[in-house]
Amino acid sequence: MLHPVGTGHYLVLSLALLLVGILGVLTRRNLVIVLMSVELILNAVNINLIAFSKHTGNLAGQVFAIFVITLAVAEAAVGLGLLIALFRNRETTSADEVNLLRW
Amino acid sequence: MIDTALFYVFALMTLGGGILCITRRNAVHAAIWLIASLMGVAGLFLLQRAEFLFAVQIVLYIGGIMVLFLFVIMLINLDTAAAERQYSGQWKLALGAVVLAGGEIAWVMARGLPGLGAAAAVQDGGEGGSDGNVERLADLLFSEYLLPFEIVSILLLAAIVGSVFLARRRTS
Repeated sequence: MLHPVGTGHYLVLSLALLLVGILGVLTRRNLVIVLMSVELILNAVNINLIAFSKHTGNLAGQVFAIFVITLAVAEAAVGLGLLIALFRNRETTSADEVNLLRW
Repeated sequence: MIDTALFYVFALMTLGGGILCITRRNAVHAAIWLIASLMGVAGLFLLQRAEFLFAVQIVLYIGGIMVLFLFVIMLINLDTAAAERQYSGQWKLALGAVVLAGGEIAWVMARGLPGLGAAAAVQDGGEGGSDGNVERLADLLFSEYLLPFEIVSILLLAAIVGSVFLARRRTS
């Protein structure tokens, strides 16, 4: 039957979600979806923090998960603001066409 | 028993939603799948007895950030982006990074796993006292972690001002 779930299960799940996020950030051209992949990565971090908070019986992990969520909000706000500014100037949201600073 | 079944349901939601999110052509579909993934993560928080974070995840992530994402998707016309090539072709770099990061973390985890596996089932440490999760979290947040809390508030203020500045229309 089903074995009880331990901290290790959560860590493996968190690792898998992190890798999905990294794959999304590095391969997608649509910048909106790149930002969504960053959200996936931050959620993987949160799963890890909560799992260790439960494992050690220390609530500090949950406090830091709150900080991570706050940072995700700030990141999304600034990222989407940049995206709107970019779209207004270049009429694109493709990562490949943002090459003003490229040499 | 029911916890284990629920874990696998939520894990499937989280991972499946994540994978579908990064492979969809249409950004709105990707956002919907990301919401499914975030719901799965919220369920995992509940299973880990982090009730406050469960509520925060639903209200802030799904109610706040995702609406912001959908708003921006509607604001910038993505019909042309959906018709274009979707992947940047950096497969070698991406797979290299995934193998490197995954291998590194999996190695560290494999070394520590005897202490983390299901056998060493999570002890209910720190659950003492009659206070609920929210009360104990608030106690910790407003006593020991007060300074980081204030710093994060200033960061949020800076982010709000910054995003308004970036997104406003230049009138010169």
